[in-house]
Amino acid sequence: MKFFFKIFLFITIFFLSPYTLNAAEKVEYLKTDWSFKGLFGKFDRGALQRGYQVYTEVCSSCHSMKYLSYRNLSQKGGPEFTEEQAKAIAASFEVKDGPNADGEMFTRPGKLSDKFVMPYDNVKAAQAANGGAYPPDMSVLAKARGGGVDYIYSLLQGYEEPPAGVTLDDGVYYNKYMYGNKIKMSNQLSDGLVEYGDGTNATVEQMSKDVTTFLMWAAEPHLESRHQMGFKAIVYLIILTILVYFSMKRIWSRIKTEV
Amino acid sequence: MSDHEYIPKSKFGKWFNDRLPLLSLANHLTDYPTPKNLNYWWTFGGILTFCLITQIVTGLVLAMHYIAHADMAFESVEHIMRDVNYGWLIRYIHANGASMFFLAVYIHIFRSLFYGSYKSPREIIWIIGIIIYLLMMAAAFMGYVLPWGQMSFWGATVITNLFSAIPLVGEGIVTWLWGGYSVDNPTLTRFFTLHYLIPFLILGLVVLHIWALHVPGNNNPVGIDIKKPSKDTVPFHPYIVIKDGFALLMFLIVFAFFVFYTPNILGHADNYIEADPLVTPAHIVPEWYLLPFYAILRSVPDKLLGVIAMLSAILILAALPWLDTSKIRSAVFRPLYKQFYWILVADVLILGYVGAMPAEGLYLLIARVATAYYFLHFLVVLPVLGFKEKTLPVPLSITEPILGGSPNLVAAKNDERLKE
Amino acid sequence: MSEKKTNRRDFLFTATYAVGAVGVGATVWPMIDQMNPDASVKALASTEVDISSVTPGKTITVLWRGKPVFIRRRTQEEITEAKSVKMEELKDPEKDEDRAKNPEWLVMLGVCTHLGCVPLNDKGDYNGWFCPCHGSHYDTSGRIRKGPAPTNMEVPKYEFVNSNTIKIG
Repeated sequence: MKFFFKIFLFITIFFLSPYTLNAAEKVEYLKTDWSFKGLFGKFDRGALQRGYQVYTEVCSSCHSMKYLSYRNLSQKGGPEFTEEQAKAIAASFEVKDGPNADGEMFTRPGKLSDKFVMPYDNVKAAQAANGGAYPPDMSVLAKARGGGVDYIYSLLQGYEEPPAGVTLDDGVYYNKYMYGNKIKMSNQLSDGLVEYGDGTNATVEQMSKDVTTFLMWAAEPHLESRHQMGFKAIVYLIILTILVYFSMKRIWSRIKTEV
Repeated sequence: MSDHEYIPKSKFGKWFNDRLPLLSLANHLTDYPTPKNLNYWWTFGGILTFCLITQIVTGLVLAMHYIAHADMAFESVEHIMRDVNYGWLIRYIHANGASMFFLAVYIHIFRSLFYGSYKSPREIIWIIGIIIYLLMMAAAFMGYVLPWGQMSFWGATVITNLFSAIPLVGEGIVTWLWGGYSVDNPTLTRFFTLHYLIPFLILGLVVLHIWALHVPGNNNPVGIDIKKPSKDTVPFHPYIVIKDGFALLMFLIVFAFFVFYTPNILGHADNYIEADPLVTPAHIVPEWYLLPFYAILRSVPDKLLGVIAMLSAILILAALPWLDTSKIRSAVFRPLYKQFYWILVADVLILGYVGAMPAEGLYLLIARVATAYYFLHFLVVLPVLGFKEKTLPVPLSITEPILGGSPNLVAAKNDERLKE
Repeated sequence: MSEKKTNRRDFLFTATYAVGAVGVGATVWPMIDQMNPDASVKALASTEVDISSVTPGKTITVLWRGKPVFIRRRTQEEITEAKSVKMEELKDPEKDEDRAKNPEWLVMLGVCTHLGCVPLNDKGDYNGWFCPCHGSHYDTSGRIRKGPAPTNMEVPKYEFVNSNTIKIG
């Protein structure tokens, strides 16, 4: 058995090494406690709902979220708006549909099954409107950046005056956490920019945290059920492993050999 | 195949078995005499079989929802992750399953290296194993292209461009592989087809691998030939089955941890950005299991020679049964080889590490030294060692005390403990 | 002593098998369930149809959940004919009033209940629909009258949003 645990340890160390390796080469990001981390991590519903508000009121004028549908807003493990609220949210958007019987496209109020309305028709239009830079789609953004949520959270608060010697072109801004420090998105958040319905004070820090939580959910909508199922699966595996271990001992006791 | 004639008990069983000897095969597999001193390093064969089946089953399921088209592949993967019932679970099992598969195969290969399992009369098993390993790399690489993220696209570009190193026909071959003038939709669809095909080729080779194994029987930690069946062996079922099962469950706990708690840690964030032929990611790295070979490729400053070095690093393994001249199989009785073995392990780990780092300065230097040593080990150390090394006396059987009363088995056992 | 030992061993093995079987079952289920309609398919439940241009005696066919839906504006004769049929003549007795909320409009899935073909309009022995695959005849209320089909054509859930629009689903 001792022997076995050494193999086990070896595997664990082997796979833990990327964590430490990755940690070593990154800039120190701002830290905050994310409710969705850890074995039982869950999203904070309030933060998700507020985050959605920040996304619609601030980000969505440039950033699309093309893989999400309005029905997701009332789905379990998400912001969990009621179905009526989600319907009302969907209906507040104009969706292009068609062609109708006359072969023409038309607009109608959104339905739950519709995808989030995009700010631009295509990538070229988005680039044209943003000085050549394409505001990335935010559906999986939280998984598409090396530092993940910490990076996004930091970036939103990382705008600074450029240090001496750094010159910035028009439409380029200095951000402490951006790769290469030059970013084409200007600082979007300022204290009190949105008015939260639940009375939370809309500081830059609060909004950054809320919208980042929302982005994490958008990227990983099944995170909560993943954590729950994972805990059950591992507990189950441990129980079965113990049973099999004793069965094995029993079987091997028929001959005189150590397992 | 079987050492003794098996006759089914029932009349129907006999009738059937005379026409198709499936029952004889089943009997052979359950009664198969296995050395009773196999340690847990030997359980990885069973674990690998499990990995292959898991990849095939989850892969089939994913193929029901995936769309192999440059415009829709990325979206269809997101559809699997968001909307398909349990789609996220199945995809994460498949993606992490590839890593677990390679982890297990590396342990399996290095076990073979330590205990000399590749030596006569098991050369064919070993060579089939190397072919399986090559096919696994091909399958893994093409599978990584399918989500059509940035790493998929640029990984495909870089790896297919390796063929352009071939003089004269290289460029033509690359264009042929792509089915165009760059990696694009034709490339994606053919990669999907081949990614679907290769696992079944592997499955066939695995059958041959096990068949070839069952001819001479398993090697064992002591590395001696054993009579079978004898006091030194146990029937495969239930002894080895339950032991493999126990080890598999421990392996599954690690597997489950990755799938449920850090499903993306072994992947690369850039692959969640849809492929863009206009922008290359800042830092292209292959998946971790290909890093040592990537380091070898980059350590050679010439394009063609780099590709040759990388391929040779794998193919040299096929010649191993003849490069290793020692008469003794197990490293337990080869004090010098044992040391060189661990140096090789360290060397490969170092290659893997520098493969993940930028190819410049000190990293490049380390990569070059490690590459040189890798080849030195197989081309010089192993052949010479066989002649020069003073080996320890080997016991005649696993259970019997050694003739002449030498306490070698005890020494071997203690040695085992020390070594790990 | 030895008997007790055997029992305990049996219990251990039985427990191991049982727990193992539960795990296998739990693993197999996701592989089966993935083939059920996914969340995006389930969300596409309803469709709205503009019927303002349909004149009496005309049928339009629209797609709903991947299947054709017949929307027929029936003539007075058809309605009378449908209502006059005696229940005992029917293979699958159903009153016309139960099939068409508004007698002028017949809304039903255009799928033959035999093996799923799409029946032809204004054909057959009963002035309704006729399925060319295996010869099922439906009347002006879409009820099966002759042929191998076992039941009447299915009426989906629908409602009149206003006098010009029907919402199916």
